[in-house]
Amino acid sequence: MSADDLTPRQTEGVLHPEVRAPSDESERGPGGERLQHAEAASKPIRADAPREPQPRGAKVRGNRPIDQAEAAERFLAAPMHQKAHDERLWDVRRKRDVAAHGIPEWEELRELASQIKTHTLTHLDRYLEQFEAAAQANGVHVHWAEDGADHNRIVLDILRKHGAKSLVKSKSMLTEECGFRHFMAAHEIDVIETDLGERIQQLDDEEPSHVVMPAVHKTRLDVAEVFARTLGTDPDNDDAHYLAESQRETTRPLILKADAGLTGCNFAIAETGTVVTCTNEGNADLSGNVPPLQIHSIGIEKLIPRVEHLGVFIRLLSRSALGSPITQYTSHFRGPRPGTEMHMVLVDNGRSERLGMEEFWTSLKCIRCGACMNTCPVYRRSGGLSYGATYSGPIGLIIDPTFNKRKYSTLPFSSTMNGSCTNVCPVKINIHEQIFAWRKVLAEEHRIPLLKQGMMKAAGAVLSRPAAYRAAIQTADSALRVLPRFAVYNPANTWGKKREMPHAPRQSFHAWYRENRMKKGQDA
Amino acid sequence: MRIGLFVPCYVDAFEPEVGIATLELLERFGLTVEYPYDQTCCGQPMTNTGCHQEAAATEALFVKNFSGFDYVVAPSGSCVHQVREHLTAIPQTDEVKHVRAKTFELVEFLHDVLKIEDLPWAAFPHKVAYHSNCNALRGIGHARPTELNRPFFSKPLNLLKKVKGVEIVDLTRPDECCGFGGTFSVFEPAVSAKMGYDKVTDQARAGAEYVVSADSSCLMHQKGCAERLGVGLKYIHIAQVLNGAAA
Repeated sequence: MSADDLTPRQTEGVLHPEVRAPSDESERGPGGERLQHAEAASKPIRADAPREPQPRGAKVRGNRPIDQAEAAERFLAAPMHQKAHDERLWDVRRKRDVAAHGIPEWEELRELASQIKTHTLTHLDRYLEQFEAAAQANGVHVHWAEDGADHNRIVLDILRKHGAKSLVKSKSMLTEECGFRHFMAAHEIDVIETDLGERIQQLDDEEPSHVVMPAVHKTRLDVAEVFARTLGTDPDNDDAHYLAESQRETTRPLILKADAGLTGCNFAIAETGTVVTCTNEGNADLSGNVPPLQIHSIGIEKLIPRVEHLGVFIRLLSRSALGSPITQYTSHFRGPRPGTEMHMVLVDNGRSERLGMEEFWTSLKCIRCGACMNTCPVYRRSGGLSYGATYSGPIGLIIDPTFNKRKYSTLPFSSTMNGSCTNVCPVKINIHEQIFAWRKVLAEEHRIPLLKQGMMKAAGAVLSRPAAYRAAIQTADSALRVLPRFAVYNPANTWGKKREMPHAPRQSFHAWYRENRMKKGQDA
Repeated sequence: MRIGLFVPCYVDAFEPEVGIATLELLERFGLTVEYPYDQTCCGQPMTNTGCHQEAAATEALFVKNFSGFDYVVAPSGSCVHQVREHLTAIPQTDEVKHVRAKTFELVEFLHDVLKIEDLPWAAFPHKVAYHSNCNALRGIGHARPTELNRPFFSKPLNLLKKVKGVEIVDLTRPDECCGFGGTFSVFEPAVSAKMGYDKVTDQARAGAEYVVSADSSCLMHQKGCAERLGVGLKYIHIAQVLNGAAA
C-alpha cells in the first residue's frame, strides 16, 4: 500500500491531494532512458492539482531568536512544495551514494581531504601570506577585509575608481554573508546574478535556500510566476527549458554590457595565487572573463596549499553535492587579461574567531557541497529559508551561532542528531557532534528558553531520585506527565497533536520485577 | 560474569514487556542477570537538550547502580550511546570510565560478546521491516549506514536471520531517521511527526506486517504516527522477537 491507499479521512489535513497521487517517474528521453539533470530531477506538477502558494521563510526580527520550527510548520503546510523539495533532495542524496560507492578509495579520500584542511587551517597565516605574495606576483591587487561591511566597502571603492555602474556576479555564499546585494543596491550599483537559481532568487527578492541549489524550494510553477512577473514570460508555461532559456536571453546582454564581474571562490591555491571556481552553468567564467574589471571574493578558509591538493577536493565536491563526477566548469583565475584589472578580496568575517573555538573550528573545513543538507531529514521537510540564516541545514546549525549566538540560538535544536550529515561530509566534519556541543554551550549561557531549562531541571530532579521516579511512573497518567514529554508540566500536549499517545501497560517493569523476581521481605 | 540489566525509563513506564524479554533472553543463555532496583534513567533527556548540569545527579545514580558489574546490558541503542559517548557531566573517575566502557546494547552484546550461534526457541513467521535507530546505527555501529563506502554488515539482521520464518522487506529509505530524536519529538512536533508519517508510509508500502527495532523510543513514536494515520502496522522490539515472542 502507499499513502494514496489511505482513506481521505485518514489523510485529511495530513496529506495533500498531490501527495496522495501516484508519484510520476522522472522525465524520459527518446530512448526511454531517464533524463539525469545535473541539479536533481524536477517533476511537473499535475495539471489538476490545486495551486499552492510558495511558503516563505523564517520571520526575521532583528536579533531575536529565529523560530525555525514555526517556519518549518508553514513549509509542511504546503505539502506540494514539501514533497517536491524532499524528493528532489533525496534524489540527489541517492545519486551521491551511487557516486561515492563507485570510488573504492572514497573513505580514504575523505580522510585525506580532512587532513589537508586540518594542516592548512593550523598554518593559515603562513598560507594566506604565501597566497597574497603569489597573487601580487601575478599582477593581482589583493585586499583584506575584516568583516562583511569591510568587504562591501572595498568592492564599492574598486567599482567607483573605475566608474563602474553594473556588476555581474556568480553565486557566492560569502557575499550573502556580507549582505552585498542590498548594500550595492543602496549605492546604485546594479548587481545581476548569473547563476540560474540565484537569479530566480534575486528576482523574487529571496535569499538562496541551499548552498548549491539556491531555488530548490521552488516548484516550476513558482519560477513561472516569478519570471512572468519580472521578465514578462508566459505565466502558464512552466516548461523547464522555456524558463531557463528565457532567463538566459534576458541575462546574456547584461553580462556582455557589464562594467565589472565578481565571482566567489571554491578553492584558493596558496602556491600559485589562483582562485578556482566550480559551476555547472559556466557563469563564473562569463562574469570573470567578459567584463574589463574582475573581482574575486574569497573567504580565508578556502585556502589549500598546492595545486596537487586540488584533485582531492574536485573529486569529492560534485560527487558529494549532486552525485555527478565533476562540475561542468572548473575554472582557474590566476591573473588579469591584458588591459584589464583583477582584484582579490580576502575576507575574515568571523572566521579567525571561529578558528579559535576549540569545539567548532573544524567547521571551517566545509567546502560548501551541501551534502549534509541533502541528507538531513529535517532540512528536507523544512526548506532552507526556515533557518533564517545564510547557511541552513546541518552545517548552518554549527556555523550560524558563531556569527550571532542570540539570533541563532535555536538552530542547533532543529536536528534529531541522527548523524547522517557527518557520514556524508566529504571533509569529515563531525557535524552532529558539534550540534550536540552547541546545545551544551547555549544551555550553559542561558540562551535556551527558561521553560525548557526548567523542564530539564524538573526531569533531572525526578530521574535522580529512585523513589520519586517510581512514584511518578506508577500509573500511566503520571508516567505520561514525565515520559515521553520529559516532565513537560504544562497543558500543551505537543506529542498528542499529531501522534497517538503510548498505551498504558498494566504495570511498569519495576512493578513487575518486584512482584515476580524479588524475594519476600526484600527491601524495595 | 556479573551482568547488570538496565531498563530505560520509557521502557520501564510504557514497554515493560521489552524489559522482561531482555531479562528472559539473557537468562536463556545461562547468564545470571541482576536488576539494580534503584535505577531510573541514563540522563539522555537532559543532555540531549544541552542541560548537562541538570543530568549530573541522574548520571551519578546510574554509575552508582551499575559500577559493580562486568557488563551493563540495555535494550536501547540510544541510551547506550548516551552512556558511552555523553555521560560526561560528572567527574570521570575509574568507576565512571568502567561503566561507560562496559555498557552494551542488547544486540551487540548478543552478537559481539556472547557471539550466539542460534536461537532454537525463536520463530516469527512474518514480513518484517527492520528500523535502525540512528544512535544504534551510526552512534554505536550496529550496521553499515548507507552513506559510507564500506562493506555491508548488520548485527541486528544477522540475529533476525536466526529466527525461523522471518522475512525482511526492504524500505526505500532504510536508514533515514524516523523523527523521534529525543526531545526533538516534543519541542518540534510538526517536523518530527511528518518524518514519522513518511517512515510509516514507507514501511507499509514495503508490505511489512511488523516493524522490528532495537529501540522502543523510535517504535513508540512510529506507532503513534501509524495509529494516527490509521495504518495497521504492528511494532515490536527485537528483544521480544529473539526471545521467542509468538506475535
